[in-house]
Amino acid sequence: MTEKTSADRAKKDFLAEAEEISEQLANELSDLSEGAESGNLNPELLNSIFRGAHSLKGLSGMFGFSHIAELSHNFENLLDCLRLGKVNPDRMVLDVLSETMELLTELIRCLAVDSRVDHAADISACIASISACLEAGDHPGSRISALSGLGLSERVISSLTEYEEHRLQDNLKKGNHIYSIHASFEMMTFDTDLSALTDRLKLCGEVVSTLPGVGENMETHIDFDILFAAPVPAQDLQELLADANVLVSLLHAGHVSAPSSGQAGGVSVLTDSISELTAETIAMTGDADNTPSSAAAFSEPPASLKSMSRTVRVDIGKLDELMNIVGELVLAHTAIAGVATSMSNDGFSRLAVDLGKAAKGLERKITELQSGVMDIRMVPVGQLYEKMSRIVRKISREQGKKVELSFFGADTELDKLIVEEVSDPMMHIIRNAIDHGIELPEVRKELGKGEQGQIRISSYQRGNHVIIEIADDGNGIDVEKVKARALQKGLVSDVSSVSDRDALDFIFLPGFSTSDDVSDISGRGVGMDVVRNNIAAISGIVDIETSRGKGTCFIITLPITLAIIKVLIISCAGRTYAVPITSVLETLLIRPCDIENVERREVIQLREITLPLLRLNRFLGLQSRETTEGTESYVIVVGSAEKRLGIVVDDLIGQQDIVIKPLGDAFKGFRGIAGAADLGDQRTILVLDVTGILNDTRHNGN
Amino acid sequence: MKAKTILIVDDSTAMRTMLTSSIELLDEYRIVEATSGFDALRILPHEKVDLILTDINMPDINGLELISYLRSSPNYRHVPVIIISTEGSRKDIEKGKQIGANEYLVKPFEPARLNELIVAYLTGKATEQPA
Repeated sequence: MTEKTSADRAKKDFLAEAEEISEQLANELSDLSEGAESGNLNPELLNSIFRGAHSLKGLSGMFGFSHIAELSHNFENLLDCLRLGKVNPDRMVLDVLSETMELLTELIRCLAVDSRVDHAADISACIASISACLEAGDHPGSRISALSGLGLSERVISSLTEYEEHRLQDNLKKGNHIYSIHASFEMMTFDTDLSALTDRLKLCGEVVSTLPGVGENMETHIDFDILFAAPVPAQDLQELLADANVLVSLLHAGHVSAPSSGQAGGVSVLTDSISELTAETIAMTGDADNTPSSAAAFSEPPASLKSMSRTVRVDIGKLDELMNIVGELVLAHTAIAGVATSMSNDGFSRLAVDLGKAAKGLERKITELQSGVMDIRMVPVGQLYEKMSRIVRKISREQGKKVELSFFGADTELDKLIVEEVSDPMMHIIRNAIDHGIELPEVRKELGKGEQGQIRISSYQRGNHVIIEIADDGNGIDVEKVKARALQKGLVSDVSSVSDRDALDFIFLPGFSTSDDVSDISGRGVGMDVVRNNIAAISGIVDIETSRGKGTCFIITLPITLAIIKVLIISCAGRTYAVPITSVLETLLIRPCDIENVERREVIQLREITLPLLRLNRFLGLQSRETTEGTESYVIVVGSAEKRLGIVVDDLIGQQDIVIKPLGDAFKGFRGIAGAADLGDQRTILVLDVTGILNDTRHNGN
Repeated sequence: MKAKTILIVDDSTAMRTMLTSSIELLDEYRIVEATSGFDALRILPHEKVDLILTDINMPDINGLELISYLRSSPNYRHVPVIIISTEGSRKDIEKGKQIGANEYLVKPFEPARLNELIVAYLTGKATEQPA
């Protein structure tokens, strides 16, 4: 038993880090291939990817996941050859790298969900294509022994890794100057001093290696020999580091001092970064004047050994548990407040006042606790953006379309669970946009649009909701075609009465597609109905705006969190129900004479718009004692800006915080019920599924 | 007897965890973790380290540079160093041996072998130190 749990824990540890590494790898890899396309392979990025692959390999080997280890071993091999210049970063190699990354991600995902899918064939196919890359590019690199000409000390040479040697060679080949920079820092502050120095150096060149050494004052100081390659001439570098108390010596003069025609831009950027650096240097000198040097060093706090990272990784399940407890605390508070009220009714007025005060204090603290826990669950929507940009790059390459993706509002925060759940629907919408929306470059040119299609994802908060908009500038949705298809499928008998907005709703029906040929991208059996259902499952709503020839915009409206919600408690036919406040736009009190009949549907006129009504008792099939002449009733207005519905109920009772609990599979088929909640006084209440009711009435009428 | 201190230098968190958990008789040893060669340099002045297990490929200051420093410093010259790295870094491992690493293990390795080495170096049974 303990063995099993410790194995589980090991797997959890592995997954936690493997997922993080693979996420980072995938991001870096797409940046790398973007750079490589423009002929600029960033060595630092490549090395970081190599290290990631290396860690993943070591990690999976260590934990005994041999299939992942084998694949990442080959992945690492290819990256190693790439970073050592033995393989050229051509299209084929980059594609193989990204395919391997996808497979690795998939393997890790399968491990996480305990899937037993056999990937052996995929793995061997992937390894075969890696081997093909390695064979194709097998030129062992000209190992000119230029190192001996640099006059490096034996110590420096002996501690250069193979990779660092290659970086040195590469910089020599590019004609960069090679410098040796010797610095001596105080033991107490060397970490910040060294970082500051290398950060400055990295702005204008590449730090090839950093060798720590023992200097003259070995008890108080630590020395560093930095091997630095840059196109900056010796004089400029000397000036740049004049105040840094370092010894700069030129080991090898390159030939980049006179800018070649193609590099003019690069040089001006460089001068900019140098002037920036000088400004920073001045600031640093100012600082240095204020801090007396070695004499007062002992008074400074010793360098901390604490980890630099201030973040903790927490299982979302634990946060859910915590949220549940907070929810129950809220209920317990409600019960106490109830006791206070009944005490005061029973005449224990003094005690009731005290208890009421205590309950108020408790309520404040619970609210703080609740918002604290809520805060932990919040993650920026920007996390999704990175995933999306990878997908866009991949699909647009496959489709031969040029797409530029732009993001707005990456800081907008949402519940982690909602972010997870909305990612697939978003992906599908984006796939559709590229597949059906954005035209081929030639077509776009003819239409007078830019060759590059635009997809714009923006998110922002509006009240208790977060809105995510995905807009493309493609050819829009052909509403007439949608109507024709609806007619063909027998969904409507007469299209003339269907408004354009209603017609767009057909897109969300199962099996509905206007596309004549089902493509590889969007036509994988997942339709827009799944998109809508997935979004509805997290209490979200999706709307479409489209303009023929100009583009389509999907608007996803999501609640900020699902954990604790405020509800409006209503009564209908003698029963009580809860309606999430976030779904309620407003409430109205109406008289029977306000209700009109239009096309056999009950409506009311609300500020110049016609609001269709739904009688909740009829919808839920309750015995009605309703509509006795002259009785007033309440209307809860729900829906999105474009599509509203008034739900007619008997009475509004009040507001309360609740924790929604699912009803379980047995009651899954109930129309219009999202779940149940405990009211804290041993009563339970059913929570209405407003999105479900809206969708139901959209297509079936009342 | 005072517990011996082992410094583990590796930039992968899970690898450090794995190393820590594969070292037996944990209460006889204190384990200190460093996330890079650079981090190790920060820690060394504050700890009396008896044995170092280090990876090679790390950002900033790599394993070889760390070993080179240790061997040039009178304070750390005699601290035994075991390289733990992957097959792909074979050339670098060779270099590491040349500049003064006592032993190396290629990942993935047998935890038993690691424990043998630890016991050997910490009890002084493996005394042949490089100069």
